[in-house]
Amino acid sequence: MKDKILYGYTGIFNTPDAIISAANEASAKGYRKFDVNTPYPVHGMNKAMKLPPSKLGYAALVFGLSGTLSALLLMYWISAIDYPIVIGGKPFFALPAFVPIMFEVTVLAASIATVLTLIIVYFKFPNISHPLHDTDYMKQVSSDKYGICIQADDKLFSETEVIDFLKSVRAEQITPIYFDNEEVNNKTTVFDKKFIGLLVAIAIVVSIVTYSLLNKAMYTIPFNWMMEQAKVSPQQKSTFYSDGFGMRNPVDGTVVRGQMPYQFKGNPEMAGQMLVNPLAMNIENLNLGKKKFDIYCSPCHGYFGNGDSRLRGQFPNPPSLHSEKVRTWKDGNIYHVISEGQNIMPSYASQLTREERWAVVLYVRALQRAQNAKESDLQ
Amino acid sequence: MEVLDYTKELSIIEGKPALREIDEIISKPLNTKPEKKFYLALLFTLSLVGIGAISLGLSIYYGTGLWGNNNPVGWGLPIVNFVFWVGIGHAGTLISAILFLLRQRWRNGIARFAEGMTIFAVMTAGIFPLIHVGRPWLAGYLFPYPNQHSIWVNFTSPLLWDVFAVSTYFTVSFIFWYVGLIPDFATLRDRATGKIKKLIYSITSLGWRHSNRHWQHYEMVYLILAGFATPLVLSVHTIVSFDFAVSIMPGWHTTIFPPYFVAGAVFSGFAMVQNVLIFIRKIFNYEHIITLDTLEKMNKIILFTGMLVGYAYSMEFFMAWYSGVQAEQFAFINRAFGPYAWAYWIMVSCNVLFPQLFWFKKIRRTIPAMFVIAVLVNVGMWFERFVITVTSLSRDYLPSSWAYYKPTLIDGGILLGSFGFFFTFILLFTKTLPVVSIAEVKAVIDGSQPSHGEH
Repeated sequence: MKDKILYGYTGIFNTPDAIISAANEASAKGYRKFDVNTPYPVHGMNKAMKLPPSKLGYAALVFGLSGTLSALLLMYWISAIDYPIVIGGKPFFALPAFVPIMFEVTVLAASIATVLTLIIVYFKFPNISHPLHDTDYMKQVSSDKYGICIQADDKLFSETEVIDFLKSVRAEQITPIYFDNEEVNNKTTVFDKKFIGLLVAIAIVVSIVTYSLLNKAMYTIPFNWMMEQAKVSPQQKSTFYSDGFGMRNPVDGTVVRGQMPYQFKGNPEMAGQMLVNPLAMNIENLNLGKKKFDIYCSPCHGYFGNGDSRLRGQFPNPPSLHSEKVRTWKDGNIYHVISEGQNIMPSYASQLTREERWAVVLYVRALQRAQNAKESDLQ
Repeated sequence: MEVLDYTKELSIIEGKPALREIDEIISKPLNTKPEKKFYLALLFTLSLVGIGAISLGLSIYYGTGLWGNNNPVGWGLPIVNFVFWVGIGHAGTLISAILFLLRQRWRNGIARFAEGMTIFAVMTAGIFPLIHVGRPWLAGYLFPYPNQHSIWVNFTSPLLWDVFAVSTYFTVSFIFWYVGLIPDFATLRDRATGKIKKLIYSITSLGWRHSNRHWQHYEMVYLILAGFATPLVLSVHTIVSFDFAVSIMPGWHTTIFPPYFVAGAVFSGFAMVQNVLIFIRKIFNYEHIITLDTLEKMNKIILFTGMLVGYAYSMEFFMAWYSGVQAEQFAFINRAFGPYAWAYWIMVSCNVLFPQLFWFKKIRRTIPAMFVIAVLVNVGMWFERFVITVTSLSRDYLPSSWAYYKPTLIDGGILLGSFGFFFTFILLFTKTLPVVSIAEVKAVIDGSQPSHGEH
């Protein structure tokens, strides 16, 4: 027995009155590291043991208020900054409507954090290898007895004195409690191969299950019924039409809403003579023209109209827009080519509105002027 | 009649049992093999769960068209059942938190069970909004998390407040419950003989040592949690009532809804707790722990909240008349005399008339009578939610869209299933965990506190 480390001495009492007076005596005698174990909280014990009031209320306050604040900030950022939507004419930052969620998050944060503080900081739990565990003493005080335990690391601790003291307060079954050597010498098993293997196995199983749920199960019946309905989606085949296309062309002569039929179809000379650019040469129109040119024209014509395609020969390069011919063209001719297409260039009438086409013409003119600047432009 | 000495506190636990006896009687159901009756009961509840599962499976496979919900009545039975079950849960928190703050020591014998009931009732309630969204597997979008659609939830909607309120309520109730269980797990650990049992209780008790240095903080946390749970339980049914009251539907758009809903929730919850406790105390011989006095006190609360609910019914009528709003007046006359008059009068008689019998002490203390009245209260409270939800929707502002709502068999199957789900958990609870708090009951036995300790 001598090689064991002493934890403390325990004594048992039968009535709540006896344990209260024993605790009073112990604290009067100057013991600080002693504890009382009772099957339920005994009133007046905190005073007898001279324990200061619990400070857990402050933890609840701090965590609760941080919950309130983070809920408010999150809702403010989401509703007023990141994705503001007008709902029922309410302001983006609708404080009264945020109050319920602020309250709920306060309670949630405070409750979870206070209990975790209690268990981890105050109790130092989980700890199932305390020397008191599994002793006869513990088995009695968790049922119907009241016990006192004076720890060996108390400043005033000496074996004989403590035994005398426990006898003087009429404690029964005075027993020493020792640390369990096995538990004291136990090394941490977190890096044990079996444990790591278990963790890895769990991680693999969880990933497989998650992957198959999210990427496979969600695309099977009935979970995909919203996605796969009995209708023809764009680009789908159709067995109904003889040509096998699901998508249909508009009936001949259909006029798209807002579209004006182009009156110079197949007649570039007339277009050049009759059409006048309705847009003024200003920075707004040029910006619009540049934007559309960069999107629709530049893949083949290049950003500066040099005919330097970015398509790496997958499509024949067009001639430069800076040739004598194009420069002397009227605005109407360029407009005509955009609307109708020319050679292998298709019509861009469905991608660009009339206004956008004229803006592109303005931008092409600006590009041409930039490449062939006159002496007077230098000023 | 005996003369009561009001200067002395009445004993809560009858007969001053020894503390070890308390351990034995409460842990007995955990250490003995269940009887045949238990398996029969479990079989019954599990078959109800089966009916519910089939109905739910069909609803998920074919869609919500299998329910009675129609165009004006978009909130049919699922929402009725949701409000009903959330309400049932409220009694548990009221008993464990509000009565704790009010120092009602008689609550100690029934708190654990009522808290467990809260958790199971909220779990049952949670099924309904989930299936009512139509595609429950996408319900994750209810929470504000940065998703691939880069859109957020609407924080000004009461339906979203509900998501927060109910999930917070469940979490906090669960924590409260678990904190209460820790000392009992430790007691069970020290009594356990089997190796596996001991291991389980060692882990769940986290290493509790009944130390007073711990009890001190433990009691503080219990107080703090009770302080949080009290406004929380009021907020939950308030927010549930906001689902209705924030809309502009006649019959819903009233400020009386939050207190009226909370009173109704406590009313139905107490009736449910009382019903189940009558069986528990009989089957497990807890008659001296859950005494007739305790049941009588619960019946008084049922009587009181029942009158609150009755007051709310009449006040709704008064406000409809006093406001002078034609649509409101129509909504209430339609409730009492329209196509759903049968439901309305079931509600009034079960909720307002029958509980009045609790004015008689004899009835308050007769077990079969109180059992029947409490069952009727729950029938009435279910119909209250039905009346509120269905009558207003089926007769909205636009007469051309009026329609009669009739639940289908599938709706009924899901409702039966919800009862099965709830009672299955109750049955398993009675056999796996101490349904009465060992430490809390010991603390209120006569002579368990030091004679000079009371201040």
